[in-house]
Amino acid sequence: MKKHLMAYPYALWMLIFTMIPLALILFYSVFAIDDAGIHFTLDNFKRVFEPLYLAVFWRSIKLAAESTIICLVLGYPMAMILAGKNLSKKSILVVLFVIPMWMNFLARTYAWMTLLEKNGLIATIAGFFGIDLPSLLYTEGAVVLGMVYNFLPFMVLPIYSVLVKIDKTVVEAAEDLGANPITVFRRVIFPLSIPGVSSGITMVFMPALTTFVISRLLGGAHFTLIGNLIEQQFLTTMDWGFGSALSIVLMLMIMLSMGVTMRYEKENEGGGLW
Amino acid sequence: MKKSLKAILALTLAISVVLSMTGCGGEQRTQLKVYNWGDYIDQSVITEFEKRYNIDVIYDEFATNEEMYAKIKAGASDYDILIPSEYTIKRMIDEDMLHKIDLNNIPNYKYIDDKFKNLAFDPSNEYSVPYTWGTVGILYNKTMVKEPVNSWKILWDEKYSKQILMMDSLRDSIGITLKMLGYSLNTKDDKELNDAKEALMKQKPLVLAYVGDEVKDKMIGGEAALAVVWSGDAMYMKRENPDLEYVVPKEGSNMWFDSVVIPKTSQHKKEAELFINFLCEPEIAYKIANYIGYSTPNTEAVKMLPEEVRNDKTAYPPDEELARCEVFEDLADSLVKYDRIWTEVKAQ
Amino acid sequence: MVKNVFKKIYTFLIFLFLYAPIIVLIVFSFNESKSRAHWTGFTFKWYVEMFKDQQIMTSLYNTVTIALIASIFATVLGTAAAIGIHHMKKTPKTIMTNLTYLPVLNPDIVTGISLMLLFILVKFPRGFFSMLLAHITFNLPYVILSVMPKLKQLDNHVYDAALDLGATPAYAFWKVILPQIAPGIFTGFLLAMTMSIDDFVISFFTTGPGVSNLAITIYSMARKGISPKINAVLSILFAGVILMLLIINNRMSRDDGRKENVA
Repeated sequence: MKKHLMAYPYALWMLIFTMIPLALILFYSVFAIDDAGIHFTLDNFKRVFEPLYLAVFWRSIKLAAESTIICLVLGYPMAMILAGKNLSKKSILVVLFVIPMWMNFLARTYAWMTLLEKNGLIATIAGFFGIDLPSLLYTEGAVVLGMVYNFLPFMVLPIYSVLVKIDKTVVEAAEDLGANPITVFRRVIFPLSIPGVSSGITMVFMPALTTFVISRLLGGAHFTLIGNLIEQQFLTTMDWGFGSALSIVLMLMIMLSMGVTMRYEKENEGGGLW
Repeated sequence: MKKSLKAILALTLAISVVLSMTGCGGEQRTQLKVYNWGDYIDQSVITEFEKRYNIDVIYDEFATNEEMYAKIKAGASDYDILIPSEYTIKRMIDEDMLHKIDLNNIPNYKYIDDKFKNLAFDPSNEYSVPYTWGTVGILYNKTMVKEPVNSWKILWDEKYSKQILMMDSLRDSIGITLKMLGYSLNTKDDKELNDAKEALMKQKPLVLAYVGDEVKDKMIGGEAALAVVWSGDAMYMKRENPDLEYVVPKEGSNMWFDSVVIPKTSQHKKEAELFINFLCEPEIAYKIANYIGYSTPNTEAVKMLPEEVRNDKTAYPPDEELARCEVFEDLADSLVKYDRIWTEVKAQ
Repeated sequence: MVKNVFKKIYTFLIFLFLYAPIIVLIVFSFNESKSRAHWTGFTFKWYVEMFKDQQIMTSLYNTVTIALIASIFATVLGTAAAIGIHHMKKTPKTIMTNLTYLPVLNPDIVTGISLMLLFILVKFPRGFFSMLLAHITFNLPYVILSVMPKLKQLDNHVYDAALDLGATPAYAFWKVILPQIAPGIFTGFLLAMTMSIDDFVISFFTTGPGVSNLAITIYSMARKGISPKINAVLSILFAGVILMLLIINNRMSRDDGRKENVA
């Protein structure tokens, strides 16, 4: 059976709703429209590589990477626990895992502010025990916390879905052969779950890179991130050309860097960058 | 797992069927499409308009001038009424995006206070009718700030380090900095802008956060001592926390307007004018002002407001205070300079 | 034993982390004051006002319908796509997989504005359907990224064995492949729902007059301050989902019980 045909409707969909819009963005980034008409320019791309903007890129990548790592460290054990539960409990717990994310993002983030602020709930509780907490809100840590909170399910769910069907007999065989639990995890479970982990990393890292509301609300807008910058170009400055250039550079940068690092992975038999 | 999938599918389908049945149809009447800020009108006013004139109002909300403008500019939607702020209105006038309003069809225009007519962004009142207005100033907590507050300079005082909230809006924040330095908040002069940039960079370590509407909860909850806010919001915050006081600094400030305009995309100019006239009716303007809590430009509506609101200098400041205030103009190409300053300050 | 206690504590802490803001949100939906800054007394008035607010009710309705339709559609299309991509030759497979990342990597504002331009360009009317198409578009990668790992894990020999034993390809697909990748489809659907319910920027730019979702309504309140009515409507939504979950859970555990009896 020609199963690859099943991807064709999607390919068509993507051509219309992803590729054409992307072409429009590319158009805006390299063509300037003024009274003299339309003409080709690379000014927008030159501007992207000014140190001012590169610094913003760097900070965004750093924060997104930190959040991704924390999500992975917190999420992996959670996914294992979820996968180990009995059947009916399992799917309920998984749904319970995403439900908080169905409550509006802005409302959730505001609630975090109520928890974190100087006279907030956490500080009040800590004060009750005589602990004087330093300011929690409006720090880089608060931004990372916001990202981890919002993207954790995107890490846990794909890992869970892979772990849930790992062949129990393989694990048992390893145990019978005298492997201790750490070895079993390192040599059997983790390697089998790598496709889920890479999906999780993609779904956390990429959106975390371009989010801007979290840094605005929890970071007190002290830290401009690439998402803020792009939003500002499209809305405040109305410089669509520069905004487009920024997002195209961002896209290329991530795709290329992932491509390079992942080349080293041997098992990559055409599974894309990851 | 398959069971749960099936169950969820069945349930979702059932819900969508139920939901789609509650969706309403109805007979065709003229539709007037209104685009306004969120939570910026007393809903009963709309119902009353629909009933009185037998017109359907489709009412939508936007969050910022910029998002609304981007949509209208691209031609994405055909609204009949928009309520943007003055600098966006100026831009739309310059780009020929607005219909002229025939004031003969707006007899209630006579209720609009003369001091809000012939303003820089619409010098001969051809395009816009004021809806709400206000000033920008400093809101401070009297228990934390003991000295008299009368200058923007207090926002640069190290005594209040990490107790200052600035606006996360490049026009407003750079604007008040320019005012503090004694310049116009519409300047395009490179040296003046550079001074403002340096001042903002110097101030940054003292700033607790650059905020949007969260400023209200922060100030009410006593999380900060000083904040830059809009007068309309100051009214609300003062009511919630009596320790707060609002002042328009002596260097002058920004006076802002949200005004009603008719975009060129409108197919129902007559009905749109009818709607504007309706909004200017004293009784209606009063209802709106009472609901939003922002200042109304309608002289008759002001008279209906409770005395403590009418006499509050925060909402209805004396004329000499207004004389010190400037209205934002569209910066056109110079906006890029402001954007750059703001990015440099924030990326620091 | 110790391990089990540890597991319980860990699960509890993670769920506490996830639900702490939700609890705050629900508590404040009963707060008399409009401000979150202080508690002035218990009230139900926001619930009453919420039901009277036409804007909120219609946007809630739009949110739920669009999220359901978009995520179901994206799940079907995305699962098919994942299977297709999985069976492609190396080069087209790499290209398709990488293209799938693009919408995830694109900032919302760019996706939103570029889709808006597309709809204007082809004169597709902006409204419910344009918004739905946009939602399906940004949901698709999440479904594919969820299903793909399951396919990589899949043992192709089982499928071949089924064919050898005389199963038609369609039958083997339904009975062998689908059950094995079901967890991936299920999580993909959940993530798609999540993206859809929560989206503001893309919805804002792709919708037209008269159609807004809850996120648009909430964000547009940001200037005036988000009304506690929003906390009320979210609390209701939360209660509704939890109730639904309980019903499903009940039915499922009954099914499980029956199965065990048979065995």
